[in-house]
Amino acid sequence: MEMTRREMLRQSGKFILLTSAAATAWEYVLAGKAEASPNYDMTKHWWSMIIDVDKCIGCGNCVRACATENDVPEGYFRTWIERYHIEDWHSDHPEVDSPNGGFDGFPDNHKQGKNFFIPKICNHCADSPCTQVCPVGATFVTPDGVVLVDEKYCLGCRYCIQACPYGCRFLNPKKNTAEKCTLCYHRITKGLTTACCENCPTGARVLADLKNPNDPVHEFLRTHSVQVLKPHMATGAKVFYKNLDGAVR
Amino acid sequence: MKDFLRSTEHLSRVVLLLALGLIVFLLIRQAVIPAEFGKYGHFRPGALDDIRARPVNFAGREACEACHSDQVEAKSKGKHANIGCEACHGALAKHAEDPTSVVPELPKTEVLCAKCHEANAAKPKTFPQVVTADHSNGMPCNTCHKPHNPRISGD
Repeated sequence: MEMTRREMLRQSGKFILLTSAAATAWEYVLAGKAEASPNYDMTKHWWSMIIDVDKCIGCGNCVRACATENDVPEGYFRTWIERYHIEDWHSDHPEVDSPNGGFDGFPDNHKQGKNFFIPKICNHCADSPCTQVCPVGATFVTPDGVVLVDEKYCLGCRYCIQACPYGCRFLNPKKNTAEKCTLCYHRITKGLTTACCENCPTGARVLADLKNPNDPVHEFLRTHSVQVLKPHMATGAKVFYKNLDGAVR
Repeated sequence: MKDFLRSTEHLSRVVLLLALGLIVFLLIRQAVIPAEFGKYGHFRPGALDDIRARPVNFAGREACEACHSDQVEAKSKGKHANIGCEACHGALAKHAEDPTSVVPELPKTEVLCAKCHEANAAKPKTFPQVVTADHSNGMPCNTCHKPHNPRISGD
């Protein structure tokens, strides 16, 4: 068969373009797979959490439940409890401790002054600093307001861990990928509450859906004194603390 | 015309090389980036399905209440009415799936109750707390208190 150089190039160019177009089309066909929770509509939810500081007893149930539910490696925490101890004369410098994240509860410190527990968790910020720094699109805010990590895309570069002003992220020592609270995304998309809220004995934590008009969160936010952590950082934090002491960082 | 082609031949080769490079780049890009990337934002939508597909370990109180209506009844009258079952009994999604072969163990009350009710200066003042060593001296709490409705006079 005789073929000029130009004809050969034209033929091969056509071949390459057509196969790539066909491959793209096939990708679209393959992408039409069923979702894991078929009845869940992401556009109808905007998840947040309310924490009633006055109800937290520091039992550590949330920390243990989170570790069980999400297989959190030992010594790392997706949620943890801090104990604040504030002397009246020294309120700018609270004493904070969190032995093993509160996993085993807290031994009594028998200290005078103001003592209280603060449960901490990812704030699932609407304008989250951690997602903005990710160089590969491995962490993101979902359309329903949950900040998640794509384990398959994460390089383990730790930018997000440094960017989070709340210290909510860590590097999983086995997978070498960034890990954080998923707000139990596998549970809330099935109609369950998070593991920490499910197991909080005093109801100090409650999962809330800001897009659901019937959620009691709306009345709660209106009628109580509610703060977020580090409001000056303008992260759009969505974990709301009732009656938060000004000394809490 | 012939002169023109001859004088630009070295350029056309470069252009061809660049075009080929572009095609190779586009092909690799096509192969590496998932088709739906960017559907909801700068991320892979498949990650949502991956995360949703994780197993549930805590079945949730509704699942427990479907079978254990007697315990719900006992619990509803006491101070522990709003506590989730698995807060004390542990993660039992496997039991909810297969109640006969996976049977939960009863928690030891002298350990379990103290996790919440051991006295601590940081606990809210209205929360019932005891120093267990003075209060019961190591006796199991359920000798006197029924865990589902702990008030001693209440039944």
